[in-house]
Amino acid sequence: MKLLELLGYFNYWVFAIVLMVGLYAVISKANLIKKLIGLSIFQSAVFLMYITMDKVEGGTAPIIQKGVENQIFSNPLPQVLILTAIVVGVSTLALGLAMVVRIKESYGTIEENEILDAD
Amino acid sequence: MIFVFAIFLLSLLVITSIAIVRTTNLFVAVMLTSIFSFLMAANFFILDAADVALTEAAVGAGVTTVIFLCALALTGEREKPRINGRKTARVAVAILASLMIYATFDKPRLGDPDAPVHQHIAPWYIEKTTEHMDFPNVVTAILSSFRGYDTLGEVFVVFAACIGVLFILGVPPPAQKRLNKVVEQNKGLRHHLIPQVVGRLVIPFIVLFGLYTQFHGEYGPGGGFQAGAIIATGIILYALLEGENKALQAVPRSVLLGMVIGGALLFGSVGVICMFMGGNFLEYSVLSADPIWGQQLGILVIEAGVGMAVCGALLSIFHAFAARENVS
Repeated sequence: MKLLELLGYFNYWVFAIVLMVGLYAVISKANLIKKLIGLSIFQSAVFLMYITMDKVEGGTAPIIQKGVENQIFSNPLPQVLILTAIVVGVSTLALGLAMVVRIKESYGTIEENEILDAD
Repeated sequence: MIFVFAIFLLSLLVITSIAIVRTTNLFVAVMLTSIFSFLMAANFFILDAADVALTEAAVGAGVTTVIFLCALALTGEREKPRINGRKTARVAVAILASLMIYATFDKPRLGDPDAPVHQHIAPWYIEKTTEHMDFPNVVTAILSSFRGYDTLGEVFVVFAACIGVLFILGVPPPAQKRLNKVVEQNKGLRHHLIPQVVGRLVIPFIVLFGLYTQFHGEYGPGGGFQAGAIIATGIILYALLEGENKALQAVPRSVLLGMVIGGALLFGSVGVICMFMGGNFLEYSVLSADPIWGQQLGILVIEAGVGMAVCGALLSIFHAFAARENVS
C-alpha cells in the first residue's frame, strides 16, 4: 500500500524530469532549432501536470451519459485550458521557426555562438 | 493494470525526451518529438482527457512535425557540438529537478477526489451543463460557453501568430544569394507508388473524421480546435503527396486567409449579436426564444468559427514554410 501511495506521485516526478530535460535543451544547446524543440518539450511537461491534476479516482471523461446515476467525472476545467493551449503552442512555435529561418538567411548559420561572433 | 501501463508510458516519455536532447541529428530529434507527442496523447487518454488526447495527436504528432521538417529543409539538419557551459547547465538542472521532486510530496496524490482543484468551480460546471445546454460533453460546454472569453482570446492568438508568420516569411530572401538558382518544382511523392495509393485512400477519411469531430463535438470528444487540426493534417498530407502547388490549386491561399479572418470574425460577431439582442457579450441564451436552443445554436456557430480559423491558420503556416526558397 505504501508503494502504491508513492506511485501516486509518479506523474509529477515525470513532469519534473521532462520539464528539466526541456529546460536543459533550452539553456545548454546552441542550435536555435534544438532550443525550440526543448521549449516544446518544456511546454508538453506543463500540459502533463495540468492533465494529471484533472484525474479523479474511478472517474471517466467528462461526458454525461443520460440515465446513469452517480457518475464520477474527472475535472473538465484543466482539459479546456490545455486543449486550447496545445493549438496556441503550435502557432507560436511556428512563429519562432519563421524567425529562425530568417536568421539562417541573414547569417548563414543557426548556431547561437556563431551568430554572436558575426555581430 | 492500467496503472502499470501508465507507468510504462511515462517512463518511455522520459526516455524519449532525453533521447531528443542527446541526438545531434535534428531530423532524428524531430521524428522523436513526434513519438513524444503520441506518448503524451496516450497518457492524456489514460488520465481521462479524451478531447486533449485528440488534439495532441493531431497537432503534436501531425502538424508540428511537418512544420519542423519544413523549417529543417530551410536551415539544415546537423547540429554542431558545443563543449563549454554544459556542466554548469547539468548541475543547475539537476538541482532544480530534485527541488521540484521534493515539492511534489506536498501535492495531492494522483486521483485524490478531495484535492483543492476539484472543489471550487468544476462541480458547478458539470452540474449546470445539462441545465443550460442539454448536451453531454462538459469540455465543449466550458470551452465555448462558460469560458467563451478565453477561447475567443485563444483564437485571436492563433490568428495573430499566423499573420506574424506570413509577415516574417512574406519578405523575399536576400537577393545576392538567389542568383543562378534553378527554381525546382516541388513534386511531392508523386513518383512513389505506395505512399500515393495509401495516401489517396486515407485522405478522404481523415477529412470526413475531421468534419465528424467538428459537428459531433457537443456529444463526444471533439470540437473546433480538434476538427481544424485534423482537416489541416488531411490537406497537408495531400500537399506532401502531390506537391505543394496541387494543394494550393485545391485550396488557394486566398481561401485559407479568408478562413482565418472569417473564423475569428464569426466568433467575435456572434458575441456582438448577443449584445444587440439584449444579452451580455457571448451570452448565447438570448439568440433564441428557448435559452437551451439559443446556447446550442451559439456553440455550433462559434465552434465552426474556431474550426475554420484553426484549419486556415495551420495550413497558411505550412504553405508559408513550404513555399520559401532555399537559399543556402
